[in-house]
Amino acid sequence: MTISKWTAAQVARKVIDNEELFILDVRNKDAFEDWKIEGHKFEYLNIPYFELLDGVEKILPQLPTNKDVIVVCAKEGSSVMVAEMLSEAGREVAYLEGGMKSWSSYLEPIKVADLENGGELYQFVRLGKGCLSYMVTSGGEAAIIDAVRFSDVFTNFAKEKGVQIKHVFDTHLHADHISGGRDIAAETGATYYLPPKDATEVVFDYTPLTDGLNVKIGATQMDVNALYSPGHTIGSTSFVIDNQYLLTGDILFVDSIGRPDLAGLAEDWVGDLRETLYTRYRELAEDLIVLPAHFMTIDELNEDGTVARRLGDLFKENHGLNIEDEDEFRRTVTENLPPQPNAYEQIRQVNMGKIAPSHDEQTEMEIGPNRCAVR
Amino acid sequence: MIQVNMQLDAKGLACPMPVVRTKKAIADLREGQVLEVQATDKGSKADLAAWANSVGHQYLGTVEEGDVLYHYIRKGSNEPEVEKNFKHTVSLNEIESRNGLILDVRESAEYAFGHIEGAKSIPIGELESRLEELDREQEIYVICRTGNRSDLAAQLLAKNGFTKVYNVLPGMDEWNGKIKKEI
Repeated sequence: MTISKWTAAQVARKVIDNEELFILDVRNKDAFEDWKIEGHKFEYLNIPYFELLDGVEKILPQLPTNKDVIVVCAKEGSSVMVAEMLSEAGREVAYLEGGMKSWSSYLEPIKVADLENGGELYQFVRLGKGCLSYMVTSGGEAAIIDAVRFSDVFTNFAKEKGVQIKHVFDTHLHADHISGGRDIAAETGATYYLPPKDATEVVFDYTPLTDGLNVKIGATQMDVNALYSPGHTIGSTSFVIDNQYLLTGDILFVDSIGRPDLAGLAEDWVGDLRETLYTRYRELAEDLIVLPAHFMTIDELNEDGTVARRLGDLFKENHGLNIEDEDEFRRTVTENLPPQPNAYEQIRQVNMGKIAPSHDEQTEMEIGPNRCAVR
Repeated sequence: MIQVNMQLDAKGLACPMPVVRTKKAIADLREGQVLEVQATDKGSKADLAAWANSVGHQYLGTVEEGDVLYHYIRKGSNEPEVEKNFKHTVSLNEIESRNGLILDVRESAEYAFGHIEGAKSIPIGELESRLEELDREQEIYVICRTGNRSDLAAQLLAKNGFTKVYNVLPGMDEWNGKIKKEI
């Protein structure tokens, strides 16, 4: 039987289109339980490859013959071995090219909206890690917000669209993933902005991203307005684009809110977080569409694969925006927090420019799910 | 330097090869012998540990030096519960309060990854030739992982005229106190 090789992009399509897929994950059990490819209609079997070295006969009855079966491992090698064994046993299977490593790094660009005067807004969905990055294009120019570290994805996308990257923003100093902002700015000559309150320890030059900063993109004068909104970090800043879209960074998500503890200052920042969510955001128009920097589960994806919700709807539905009692709010965001993201302290150091790990080391640091939220 | 019975060079090999090669290599060892696997694939640590556990070998631990991971695995650790013949025994939680010598008869690699402070290491295979290192006047508490090897070692000591010998039960498997590492 033939073995086919699937790319992360093909698997991403299955997720977004809500198709069926059977995943034979041959990583060890801890790795699988910590983090796997999520899909609404996906089925799973987790058998470590090293339990299949003597043959795959014992798992054949558990593999369906009426739907696609894909073998997945950490980097590809083991999944190829198992796929070959299954093929010899007469099964038609695929394996994931590059394994979970490529899944973690794959970005699916999806258009969120057409803006005024021919502008466009794209969301880059990193399904394997739950990160969301953004690109605004207008009049031949582009701005990027919260870029992940795969800078060539953004620069190539800009080339395809025939736009020049002029502005690169990070809404805050990230702790769960390595920012690609500085690299993109260096490569394209764009201006790199960072909130100064998050940048007290950074060792590179940047342009301060301050409250009320207004940047125009392209000849059509697309407005990108900065809104100081501390809480996840002390410098966290949101953006209002074209008076229609609210990019919330790691402050507000679709089904959760930002956690204030990743820089070790939860008690200090919890008041800022409340102020941002319960006062500053309340003053904004309810019809703004919230575009966060993360999602936690694929249940937050819309039908087209984007992650976006009306602010007014979140005021009604998001638990974190509906905790009346201040003490209860404080307890919710400081106690019983989920585990902290993998290597988050090192990742902050990378984003400050203090350490410069190799490509492989960066991959290791980012392994696993993002954990920036509290529900 | 941790003493082993065999070394396997799996450096530069990507998953699944470190485990595949280890499986092949360990087939040539006898039960109880120790294999050192040198690898550079970071994932090999979790995989070898889980693999060893699933097939009944004992994963002892890993030492990192630069880019190289040195994994230590002892073949066939799932020792069956055998009848212990040596009559004089001492319970594990008593030995710290006694004044004799703790004699650890596990393989040196097992000893290296965790032993009771002050314990003397003589792997059971070397015991007969190293009897002169032991004091016949001193109480000796013989310990291993589960109590089987120490039972045999205690019998061997008694046969050679040692009179103050005790087998420690159970063994290091159940030890919750402080351990010392030499890696």
